This record gives sequence, structure tokens and C-alpha cells, in this order.
Amino acid sequence: MNHLTHEPIEAAWLARQVAGAESGGITTFTGVVRNHQDGRSVTRLEYSAFEPMADAECARIVSEAESRWPVAVRLRHRLGQLAIGDVAVAIAVAGAHRGEAFDACRYVIEEVKQRVPIWKKEFYADNTVAWVDPTKRKHDVDAAALTERPPVVSAP
Amino acid sequence: MSSAPPPLRIRVLLFASYADLVSREEVEVLVPSPATVADVIARLRADVPGAHRLPDRPLAAVNQVHGRLTDPVADRDEVALLPPMAGG
Repeated sequence: MNHLTHEPIEAAWLARQVAGAESGGITTFTGVVRNHQDGRSVTRLEYSAFEPMADAECARIVSEAESRWPVAVRLRHRLGQLAIGDVAVAIAVAGAHRGEAFDACRYVIEEVKQRVPIWKKEFYADNTVAWVDPTKRKHDVDAAALTERPPVVSAP
Repeated sequence: MSSAPPPLRIRVLLFASYADLVSREEVEVLVPSPATVADVIARLRADVPGAHRLPDRPLAAVNQVHGRLTDPVADRDEVALLPPMAGG
């Protein structure tokens, strides 16, 4: 389980893992638990996964990004109980230049959302609970549509 | 007269909202050979209490790799039914 953890994620630590003397640009994406969804007040989250497949799918996504762009990528997704403000996912990408670092980072988070078998249960302030279905949410559907575009070619 | 081949024994895994619907995380399903992922799902929905509440065309993985409903299954394969994914 290299890409999944039940412990808090340190995005800065992840960025240090990809940094090298040849890196001119390092991008990080940090997904954080927010306190609202579709106008409802969220108090906490629980992530679960089909763990062996989720870890393998994360490895495939990292490897795709590293073969598509000249970058080094690290990815961690947290599982279990998370509080508001906790880091749910972190991605660090290092490249010689900013273009490939931004593009690969965006690719990895969009693919994670679409392909990795992880599920999210939201707990609301009114004591109700629901499994999240991103296919029924406008923001995530819009984000998914972005990945169907060809990648932006990076300027050096 | 040839005898029919033995049925395929498929391990079906259910997660998250699907596990809640069926009140189980794992079910063994027997299907006549040859069979596809769709055949396994149809048998599951028909035979297992609560499983008719599953969608008839869910996302599925075969042996931990995303698959299609038309993919063939083999004896002892593991078919995972995946609710809409919500990582990130």
C-alpha cells in the first residue's frame, strides 16, 4: 500500500520526495475536507477503498503521468475517518520546467477521481449520512469533462 | 451427447453503497460457462436477497482491473462491483 494511508498526509514531505537538483518546478495538489457540500453543512468524512485495486490503480496513474511528461510523481490518498481541514489526497510533481509539472499534476488528480476505487461517506450537521456520488454533482462532472481534452503542450 | 461444462464459480465483491444495499461485502455466484461480467451481475441480482436493488449496469472490475460488462469471466475470477468512485 504505497499510495494509500490511514495516517495524516504531509504534502510538504511528499514534495521533498520528488525534489532533485534537476527539478526547476515542483507542483503540489492538496485535496482538503471542506465543511459544506451542495448547501449542506458537513461535519466529517469517511473514506473507504477496494484497497489492493486502489493502490494498483494509483500506481498505474503515476506511471502514466511519468511516461507522458518528463516528471517525477508521488501520490498519497488517505482512508478512514477525516475531520474538516484534514488532507484527503496529496500529489507532488517535479519537472525541469513548470509546464510539465502543472500538466502532470492536473492529470493525476483528474484520473484519481475517475478511476481509483475509493468511496466517500459524508456526515452532516443534521446527523444524516450519505455516500457521495460525484456523477450527480455539477462541479465534479465539469472537472471530469476537462480530462477528455488533449493535454496542453508545455512550453519550455 | 456431450455433458454441459461445469459452472463457473465467481467471487463477487461489493463496496460502499452496494454493500449497504445487499448487506454483504462478498457473495459467491455460480454461472453456466461461458459467461460474461453481465451474466454474473444478472445472476447475482436474481438470486441474492437485496441484490435486485443494484444497478443492472454498474462499473465492474475483474481481478482488480477495470473491465467491461461484456468481458468474459473464468472459473475462480473475482468480480468487484464499483459504486461511483469518490476519491480525491
